[in-house]
Amino acid sequence: MAFNGHQREDEGIDEDETPTKQPRSEKEMPGCFKTEPHNEASASAGRSTSERRTSNSTMRHRADSVKKTRPPFPWFGMDIGGTLVKLVYFEPKDITAEEEQEEVENLKSIRRYLTSNTAYGKTGIRDVHLELQDLTLCGRTGNLHFIRFPTHDLPAFLQMGRNKHFSSLHTTLCATGGGAYKFESDFRTMADLQLHKLDELDCLIRGVLYIDSVMSSGPSECYYFENPTDPDHCVQKPYTLENPYPLLLVNIGSGVSILAVYSESNYKRVTGTSLGGGTFLGLCCLLTGCSTFEEALEMASQGESTRVDKLVRDIYGGDYERFGLPGWAVASSFGNMMSKEKRESVSKEDLARATLVTITNNIGSITRMCALNENIERVVFVGNFLRVNTLSMKLLAYAMDYWSKGQLKALFLRHEGYFGAVGALLELLHPS
Amino acid sequence: MAEFVRLDSSTSRHTMDKSITLPPDEIFRNLENAKRFAIDIGGSLTKLAYYSTVQHKVAKVRSFDKATKVNIPLYEISVQEEVTARLHFIKFENAYIETCLDFIKDHLVNTETKVIKATGGGAHKFKELIERKLGLKVDKEDEMTCLIKGCNFVLRNIPHEAFVYAKHADSEFRFQTTQPDIFPYLLVNIGSGVSIVKVESEDKFERIGGSSIGGGTFWGLGALLTKTKRFDELLQLASKGQHTSVDMLVKDIYGGSYGSLGLTGDLIASSFGKSATADKEFSKEDMAKSLLHMISNDIGQLACLYAKLHNLSRVYFGGFFIRGHPVTMHTITYSINFFTKGEVQALFLRHEGYLGAIGAFLKGAEEDNPNQYSWGENYAGSSGLMSVSPDMNPMQRARSGTFDMLEMDRLERQLVNLPLLQDPSSYIPDTMDLTEDALAREYWLYCFEEALDGVVKRAVASQPDMPEAAERAEKFRQKYRHKLQTLRHQPFAYGSLTVRSLLDTREHCLNEFNFPDPYSKIKQNENDIALKYYQKAVKSLEELSWEERQFALVRGVLAGNVFDWGAKAVSDVLESDPEFGFEQAKRQLEGSKGPPHKCALFFVDNSGVDIILGVIPFVRELLSRGTEVVLASNSGPALNDVTNGELQILTERIAAMDPVIQAGLREDRLTLVQSGSSSPCLDLRLVTWQIFHWTSPAMHVAKDVITLYSLPSRLDKVLAQVVRERQTDLVIIEGMGRAIHTNYYAMLSCESLKMAVIKNSWLADRLGGKLFSVVFKYEVPAGKPSQGSAAVTPS
Repeated sequence: MAFNGHQREDEGIDEDETPTKQPRSEKEMPGCFKTEPHNEASASAGRSTSERRTSNSTMRHRADSVKKTRPPFPWFGMDIGGTLVKLVYFEPKDITAEEEQEEVENLKSIRRYLTSNTAYGKTGIRDVHLELQDLTLCGRTGNLHFIRFPTHDLPAFLQMGRNKHFSSLHTTLCATGGGAYKFESDFRTMADLQLHKLDELDCLIRGVLYIDSVMSSGPSECYYFENPTDPDHCVQKPYTLENPYPLLLVNIGSGVSILAVYSESNYKRVTGTSLGGGTFLGLCCLLTGCSTFEEALEMASQGESTRVDKLVRDIYGGDYERFGLPGWAVASSFGNMMSKEKRESVSKEDLARATLVTITNNIGSITRMCALNENIERVVFVGNFLRVNTLSMKLLAYAMDYWSKGQLKALFLRHEGYFGAVGALLELLHPS
Repeated sequence: MAEFVRLDSSTSRHTMDKSITLPPDEIFRNLENAKRFAIDIGGSLTKLAYYSTVQHKVAKVRSFDKATKVNIPLYEISVQEEVTARLHFIKFENAYIETCLDFIKDHLVNTETKVIKATGGGAHKFKELIERKLGLKVDKEDEMTCLIKGCNFVLRNIPHEAFVYAKHADSEFRFQTTQPDIFPYLLVNIGSGVSIVKVESEDKFERIGGSSIGGGTFWGLGALLTKTKRFDELLQLASKGQHTSVDMLVKDIYGGSYGSLGLTGDLIASSFGKSATADKEFSKEDMAKSLLHMISNDIGQLACLYAKLHNLSRVYFGGFFIRGHPVTMHTITYSINFFTKGEVQALFLRHEGYLGAIGAFLKGAEEDNPNQYSWGENYAGSSGLMSVSPDMNPMQRARSGTFDMLEMDRLERQLVNLPLLQDPSSYIPDTMDLTEDALAREYWLYCFEEALDGVVKRAVASQPDMPEAAERAEKFRQKYRHKLQTLRHQPFAYGSLTVRSLLDTREHCLNEFNFPDPYSKIKQNENDIALKYYQKAVKSLEELSWEERQFALVRGVLAGNVFDWGAKAVSDVLESDPEFGFEQAKRQLEGSKGPPHKCALFFVDNSGVDIILGVIPFVRELLSRGTEVVLASNSGPALNDVTNGELQILTERIAAMDPVIQAGLREDRLTLVQSGSSSPCLDLRLVTWQIFHWTSPAMHVAKDVITLYSLPSRLDKVLAQVVRERQTDLVIIEGMGRAIHTNYYAMLSCESLKMAVIKNSWLADRLGGKLFSVVFKYEVPAGKPSQGSAAVTPS
C-alpha cells in the first residue's frame, strides 16, 4: 500500500529554495595532506569536516608540499552508469601567465570547449546551476563543472577525445560505475586512454561526504521537506548533515542501491531493487511513446495517477479501518487497468504519472523497511532519478514521514547524481 | 450428463466450452443434507462451501449374548447406517454462478438456512443475484479474517498442505511435514495488491505491511503493454518470453559481474531498463516476462524484509497471482531464495484457492465450532492439485467447465501427537516418499492396480445379500483406477504420495461406495479358527524353558504377522496353498527376545492368527512379568487388520479361557485403546486416546465419544495422564504397514520394538533382504540405558 501523491500534486517546488550560483567565501582543499600535529591522526580522512577549519597559513604551507604530488591537468572524474555518464571537470581559475604559456594547446582547447558551452553534441549537458565556483582543490582554485550525457553516446565522447588528442595529455582518467569496466577496452582502443577503475559505492560515499563538506556555507547541499504530509505547508528547508552517521544512502539511478553508512570507510550495501529510474523511463517509453526523462516527467506532472491505480477507497468505499489503511492509499498500482473500459479512458499523462508514483512509492517502501531493519532514522536519497523530479522527492518525503509516523527523515542532496563522479575525481587527487 | 449452460457475462467474452465436465449432482453433493452455505467470489472464480451430513454404512461387530451354542460364529457382523459430517468446497468460474445457484436452489431441502456468508471482492457484485436465487440473506465477512481462518484450518487439518516449489527438481513439489504448532507465520496474499499479514494465533493476526505492486499491476500494466486482456494469457506470454531483451542486467552495465558486491552478471539491474528508447519494438512475450520478474522480485524482497523484521521463517504465499500457477510460484521462490540466501523458504498451499471460502464458512459455523474437531481430506471426493507440467500450463487452468472440489470428513476423534515421539516436528511417518522416488512410485502404483481386481472381488463377496453390490464395486473400481491414473501423472495431487496414502485413498473409495469392511467375513472366520488353537498354543509355550519361550514368543508374533491379505505375495500363497499354516510360517522366520518393562504400548496389526496366537501370548508373557500392556488397534476397518471392536470381543473370549488375561483386564493392567486410524499404516502424530476401562464387559463407546467431543481441550490431559500414569517405557509396533511403510525411521523417546515380516519381494529387494525375511528393530533412545536384559540381537 503506498501513497499516491494525489494530494499534493499541485505544489510546485519552491524555486527560491534552490539557489545555485552563489560563490562560497572559503573553499578548501580537502584532498591534501595536513601538517598540523593535532590533525595528523586523521590525515587520511582528507574529507573530514574538521579540515574546514584549517587556517590560511597552513594552507599555503600545504600547497607547497602537495605541488609535487599534484596530478597534471586536466582533472576529471567520471561515472559511467547504465543510462547516463556523469563527468565532473575542475577548471583551474588561478592559472598564472607562466602556466598559461606552458600549457599545451590540447589542454587549453579542452578547457575552452567545456567551459564555453553548456551543451555538447546533441545530448551532452552541463548542469550550470550545480557548478561550484571558487573551489580550492589540492592547492588550486577553480570551478567544478558537472556534465552528463547518455551512456549510449559514449562512442561519440570517445571520438571527441580522440579528435582532441586527449591521450597526449598523459592524464589518468579516474572512472567508476559499471561502464568503467564494460567500456575499458573501448577507451583503450578508440581513444588510447587508460582508465583507472574505481568501485562505484566507494566513490559515491566519498563524493557525498565531500560535497556536503564544501557546501557548509551558503545554500545547503542537503535539504528536506518540512511538513511533508501537509501539502499546504510542505516547504523545502536546508539541513545540516553535521553528524551524518549512521545514514541510509539510497542511490536511485537506473536501478537502486541502498547502503547503510556507519563512517566514511565503513558501509555495507543493504539491498537494492531493479525498480529504479530506468524502469520509470523504460515503462514510460513503452506506455506513452516518449523518449526522454524530461518528456516523461513533463507528462507525469500533468497526469492523474488515480485514474490508473486502484485506491483503497475504490475497493472499500473509504478507509479500510480494520487495517488502518486510508482510502487515498494505492491498493493496486495500475489496478484499474485490468478493466478494458478504463484502459481506454486514460491519457498518456495519467500513465506516466502512475508509473512515477508506482516506482517512487516502491522505493520508499523498501527504503523504509531497510531503515527499520538497520535501525537507522536518517535517509539520504541521491541519484539522477531525482533530477528535476520534485514530485518524487515530495512523495518520498511523504512516504517516509507518514508510514513511520514521523520517525524517519528523508533528506536530499542538490548534486543528486554526480557524487560517484566527484568521488572518482577525489581519487585522482588523493589516492586512498 | 446434465449440461450446464454457461452464462456469457459481458466482462469475459473469450470463447469457452459451454458445458461442464461432470454432472452437477457429482459436484454439489449431498445438497439434500446441506446447510451453512458460504461463498467467496473472486475476480474470476467462485468458491462455494457448505456443510452436510453424510449417511454411510459402517461395519459393527457385536458379541452374541453368552454364546454357548456350537457352530455359530464368534460374533455378529452388522452393517449400520452412521451419520457423519462433511465439508464441501467447490470452485468454479464466475460465469457459472447463476446456473449453479439455480441447481442449488432446486436441490436444497434444508429450510433452516437463512443466511449465506460471503467474502471476496465479487461478493458485493453478486449479492443481489444470490439473495434472489437462493432466498438467503447475504452476510458479508471481512476478507482478510476469512483468509486467515481458512489458512489456519488447512494448516492444522491437512497433513501435506504446504509445499516448496522447485521447478527443476525431480518432483516439483516438496511437501512440508505438519508442524505441531503452526504459529507464528507470515501470509503474503497477492491479490490485485499485496497484503503481508503476521499470524500469531487463531485469533491474533495483524497486517504488518503490503505493497501496491501486485497481481493487479501485472494484469493492468501487462494488458497495457501487450494488449492481452486475460491474466492467464499474460502468464502464458510471460512463460515464453526472454526478459533479457527488456531488462538491463548487471552485465549490460558492467560487461560482466559486479564482483566486489557478489552481483552476478545475469542479475537484473534495472527492470525495463532497455526499453527506455523510442525506436525499438519489444515482443509481447519479452515484456510480459520482464513484468513478471519485476513484480515477483519486488514482492519477494518486501516479504523477506518483513520476515526479517519480525523474525519469522515460515512465509506462505497466496492470492490469485499465485493460485497454483507454476510460473509465479517459480519466480516468487527464486526471489525469496535470492533475497534470503536460502534462509527462508517460500511456502505455497495446496488449497490456497479455498482459504476465503473455508474462512467464511467457519465464521458462519461458529456455533457448531468446527475447530473443535479434526477434519481429514477425503481423497475420494477431492480433485487434488492440478498438473503443472510446463507444456500443459497455464492453458489447463483456462479450460472451462472444470469444477474443482475439496471434501473434508469430520474425524470421529480429535487427533493429537503421540507424546512418546522424540521430536514431533521432525517426525515423518512414511518411510518412502513416492513423489520423489520414481521407481518406487511406478512399482507401487502397479501393485495397487494389480490388486484392484482382488479388492473388488472381496468387496462384492462381503455383501452377499446385496444384489447391487457388484454394480457398486464396479464404480469403486473405476473411481480408484482413475485415482491411480491421476496419481501416475500427478503424484503430488494429494500431497506426498506414499504407500499409506495409496491405502487410505482405497479405503476412502471403498467407503464412498458403501463397502465399509470388505474383509469382515474373512476376519471373522480367521478369528474363529485361531481362537480354537489358543489354549493349545499357550500350553505348548508354557512347557518351554524361559529362554526358549521368549524366543518362541517373538517367533510367534512374526509368524502370525505373515497372515496378511494386504500383501500380494502372501495372498498368493494363502489362496493357492490352503495347507500353508502357522507352523510352516514359523519355520521361515528368525527371532529374538525382549526385556521386561513397566508398561508396553502395542500397536497391533492383523486379525486371526496374528493377534490371537502371536500377539496375545506375547502380551500374556509381558503381563506375567509385571509389565502393564496397552493394546492399540484401529478404530475403523482396514484390510484384515483387527479393529478395536473386534479386539474387545476377542479379548473377552480369551479372558474366559485364560486366567492371566482375565486378571490383567480385571486389574486394569491390560487396556484396549483405539488408535483413531482406519488405515493399515500408522501416523503417530494423529492418534486418539480413548481408554475403555475394563470394568464391565459392556462397553460405553458412545458415552466416551460424547465426552471427548464436549471436552476437547482435555484430550491432551487424558493423553498425558495415561502416559504418565502408566509410565509407558516400551512401544511395540507390529506389521508391514505400521513398522515398515511407516515408522521405520520413527524415533521414540522410550525403547521401541518394530517387528514385521517383509511380505513383498520388491520391498525385500529394496531393503536388501529376501521375501519373508524379518524386520526386528529394537531401539533405545540415545542417552537412556535400556532396562533389564537388553541382550537383543536384531536378526
